[in-house]
Amino acid sequence: MSGQILATALTISKIFLTLAMAAAASRILRGPRAQDRVIGMDTLYVNAMLLLLVFGIGSGTTLYFEVALAIGLLGFVATVAMAKFLMRGEVIE
Amino acid sequence: MSTIENLPLWAAILISALLVIGSSLALIGSIGLLRFKTFYERVHAPTLGTTMGLFTILAASMLYFSLAQTRPVVHEILIGIFVTTTTPITFMFLVQATLYRDRFEGGDPLAGLSEEQPQVKTPNDP
Amino acid sequence: MRRWLPFPVISAMLLGTWLLLNESLSTGQLLLGGILAVAGSWILVRLEAPSLLFRRLRVILRLGLEVIVDMARSNYRVARLIIRDKPDRTPGFVRIQLKVRSHYSLALLACIVTATPGTSWVAYEPANNVLIIHVLDLVDDDDWGEIIRVRYEGLLKEIFE
Repeated sequence: MSGQILATALTISKIFLTLAMAAAASRILRGPRAQDRVIGMDTLYVNAMLLLLVFGIGSGTTLYFEVALAIGLLGFVATVAMAKFLMRGEVIE
Repeated sequence: MSTIENLPLWAAILISALLVIGSSLALIGSIGLLRFKTFYERVHAPTLGTTMGLFTILAASMLYFSLAQTRPVVHEILIGIFVTTTTPITFMFLVQATLYRDRFEGGDPLAGLSEEQPQVKTPNDP
Repeated sequence: MRRWLPFPVISAMLLGTWLLLNESLSTGQLLLGGILAVAGSWILVRLEAPSLLFRRLRVILRLGLEVIVDMARSNYRVARLIIRDKPDRTPGFVRIQLKVRSHYSLALLACIVTATPGTSWVAYEPANNVLIIHVLDLVDDDDWGEIIRVRYEGLLKEIFE
């Protein structure tokens, strides 16, 4: 019984998070400006991190936690680098 | 998947509720990212997923692993701390870059702000 | 003491992070984490970070509780706005004259402003200590500058200054 409830909830949240990733991806594709695409990517990796945590609960191993941690930290660095590029990359210094 | 069957019912319901709330908040945030019209509004939407959405899913994960492994598992807190301290930096950089680009293209969204007029409306995207 | 452990609070946080990451309290990990924590605080001395001291654990807990409640409430508000948008919603920028000046209170204020959906940090002018935030819905029958000042600034001042 409790297993069934949890399995259903896991499936629902996996579907929701996948849809959220799709929404973020479509913001990356639609733009319209570069900063909109960057914020879409930021949302995409946060959603991917959440999806990995949900996968971790589903499989019962803590291995996914480490992957989620790595995604969280690397995504932050990537977004900051891109924001920095937007500020400096276009203008000749 | 053997540990799932041994969970008490209250725990299963609590974990399921936390999971569904968290993932629907993340989904609503991402939909908001699609629906809002200007960049400055879009910045607000993903914070749904990085605050409450993240915390509920982390709480579900902590509860599940603590019960399944019969010892306190709290290292999920680390993700929470890292994300809450790094999201402001990311968004600050992005908004700074956008302000810079807006000014470079000739339209300063903060132009009307002064001590007498502490609020201005967000201009529409060109 | 000052020389060997210039940032006791930050060193303790680093040690806690290390132990959480390794999920153990064994002597070896404590030793390794302790070495890393002390070395990390020496790096901060090189970076000339302002010293972090905070008083009144009670005030910190109160601030944390208040932020969590505000976070839940504004999450609900913004989620409702996204699902069913009001036609007369006016997003806008708000200029706020701050009183706190220390780096750590500004950093914490940035975390709080970002963690409550519906407000986001736009710019800070150090010359006249003015903060500019963006608000998703201005017609919310309240003055945002007053909210930040009353709700958070007093507590932040008590903690850090």
